[in-house]
Amino acid sequence: MSSITDIGPVPATRTPEGEEREPRKPRAGALLGLAAWLIGFLFVVPVLWMVLTSLHSEEDAATNPPSILAPLTLDGYQSFFGVGTGANPWPSLLNSLTASVISTIVVLVLAIPAAYALSIKPVRKWTDVMFFFLSTRMLPIVAGLLPIYLFAQWSGLLDNIWLLIVLYTAMNLPIAVWMMRSFLAEVPVEILEAASMDGAGLLLTLRRVVAPIVLPGIAATSLICFIFSWNELLLARTLTGTVAQTAPGYLTGFVTSQGLFLAQVCAAAFVVSLPVLIAGFAAQDKLVQGLSLGAVK
Amino acid sequence: MPRRVQATLAVTMATALAAGVSGCAGWGGGPSGGGPNSINVLMVNNPQMVDLQQLTAEHFTAETGIEVNFTVLPENDVRDKISQEFSSQAGQYDVATLSNFEIPIYARSEWIAPLDDYVAADAEFDQADILAPMTASLSGDDGRLYGEPFYGESSFLMYRQDVLDAEGITMPANPTWQQVADIAARVDGVEPGMAGICLRGQPGWGQVFAPLTTVVNTFGGTWFTEDWEPGVDSPEFREAVQFYVDLVREHGEVGAPQAGFTECLNNLIQGNVAMWYDATSAAGSLEADDSPVKGLIGYAAAPVVETDSSGWLYAWSWSIQQASSKKDAAWEFISWASSREYEELVGNELGWSRVPAGKRASTYENPDYLAEASAFADPTLAAIESADPNDPGVQPRPAPGIQFMGIPEFPDLATQVSQDVSSAIAGRMTVDEALERGQQLADDVAERYRTREAE
Repeated sequence: MSSITDIGPVPATRTPEGEEREPRKPRAGALLGLAAWLIGFLFVVPVLWMVLTSLHSEEDAATNPPSILAPLTLDGYQSFFGVGTGANPWPSLLNSLTASVISTIVVLVLAIPAAYALSIKPVRKWTDVMFFFLSTRMLPIVAGLLPIYLFAQWSGLLDNIWLLIVLYTAMNLPIAVWMMRSFLAEVPVEILEAASMDGAGLLLTLRRVVAPIVLPGIAATSLICFIFSWNELLLARTLTGTVAQTAPGYLTGFVTSQGLFLAQVCAAAFVVSLPVLIAGFAAQDKLVQGLSLGAVK
Repeated sequence: MPRRVQATLAVTMATALAAGVSGCAGWGGGPSGGGPNSINVLMVNNPQMVDLQQLTAEHFTAETGIEVNFTVLPENDVRDKISQEFSSQAGQYDVATLSNFEIPIYARSEWIAPLDDYVAADAEFDQADILAPMTASLSGDDGRLYGEPFYGESSFLMYRQDVLDAEGITMPANPTWQQVADIAARVDGVEPGMAGICLRGQPGWGQVFAPLTTVVNTFGGTWFTEDWEPGVDSPEFREAVQFYVDLVREHGEVGAPQAGFTECLNNLIQGNVAMWYDATSAAGSLEADDSPVKGLIGYAAAPVVETDSSGWLYAWSWSIQQASSKKDAAWEFISWASSREYEELVGNELGWSRVPAGKRASTYENPDYLAEASAFADPTLAAIESADPNDPGVQPRPAPGIQFMGIPEFPDLATQVSQDVSSAIAGRMTVDEALERGQQLADDVAERYRTREAE
């Protein structure tokens, strides 16, 4: 899901940006624009297809070849929200929101000072430190799953949302540190020197000088962390049950080996990806700035 | 990791631990999340379970005061989660849906609680009403009962009566596989886009090898002989698989290598195939009110070659985790969900074709059920009653099971072999190649049992 939701909006929004910044000859610009829109469209088609399928009845969704013009219905969404099934998506959605938001905040609180200490005022051997951070991502999560499960069972943390918050924080921290370091490295040393010559202390410099420059970077980093936590399935499904189940776990519950489920799953997938889409659109400006800030470095 | 970050992480971890121990369970738990009067149920997402979820609050919780929290997962995921949960005896779930494949194995490991005492004390439940093959297949080696069926199924042949009639073909009540193959050839293509027969080709021990193992049984083959010799490349096994692969390649559905239960159900409902050999529980969907083939389907016994019957036996059942601290409430739930009263509730509230049938003799005497299910009730009952999990083939077996061999290694083994069989159905491999590799895999499994028995 992440591959669709996080890439989706980007190609479409970057094109007008690019055109404005670098005026080209009209024809070449138009061709490039067309190509960008085409590629953007290709990325969005699966999402649109998912939305279309979610609005079909189960029978129409299951036909092959697909019936695109079949009548539309909201049955899939009704079953997602538990009309007539007794299921209730809200606890799962709230669990996902809790885990994603809290872990993202904790990640930012930890990653920004760490990144500061690795870029603006680099500690000794900061490249080694960066590598150590990254090396924690080299072990596939699945390899640590059994010890984590046994630890959770031993400590009574199975099916507890706080365990997921800690794990998501640990999972996203290295990425956030790397991203934030590259954004903070963009801050020109001259500005910092000028600020300190004008008598600004550390806190004032951070608040009035550094923060405005790296805000797009923080937006991009938090969105990435939010998306990763929101979409995480492996840990959530292994470590949660009835109480702390997250939205992706609830989503997989619609898959059945007996009977039709395509429309329901598409409706569920769309609803579950909505918060990420909304967050993405809301942060679009900052996001594009942030991502291109890292790219031109 | 810098020391500062490490220290902060440690603090975070400690805070989270404290929060967890103090019982702050986050959202969704509510005051009853882990209360004494609530149980947690882990179940497979089949339509019958979804119906149950819908009816529980109003009809079970309201009467007993026991709240039921469900976790619903797809079949493969639920198996993973159950084996993880039960093998570690985590005690998170009080009740889970297990099948007659797992129950004897789990019982041996003492992961699930025996139910005999509960059954004896609960006169209303009426264990004698449960069909005998069900009770037998849900008991452990020690003869005690470890599960109660929610719904049971066997397998039979479903066919389009109207299509066969138009061609002047009569389906025998107990067809042989050769007769079925001949009919498949005759009806193949009689209507545009209609194939002769739908047979599962999707890899998986519970997919292609469910029907295929019953075909192997009746052709005289077996996965293992009584003294643990693998039989996958035996002439009978080979002949059965070759027959199955040829039939589905010549007269089978489009996309056979990916077709499982759901795909075949769609194919028959949409008129893409004329026949289908699969689970008896499919009949409820075929005869549902919104089904375009309602009333057009005929039902015949599972086709045979050397045995008298060849239908499988499968029951999604309830078991109680040994580590559960709420066994009494758990039994109360099981006793309700598997009761005659619940079947009547589903019949009255949701329609009689949705009743979780195939487990109680009384279901097949209920006039309301028979009025709705007359087309398939008798064939279903006959198929279940003729199924013998202890003697499904022509030779004695080392472990019980009809469409499976009741050993923990079977899912892995059969799933690996099924990949090759599926490739053979797709035409990328010959049956001989597929089974040669299968024989190697089966021998690895069998060797462990041979050495264990020699010790």
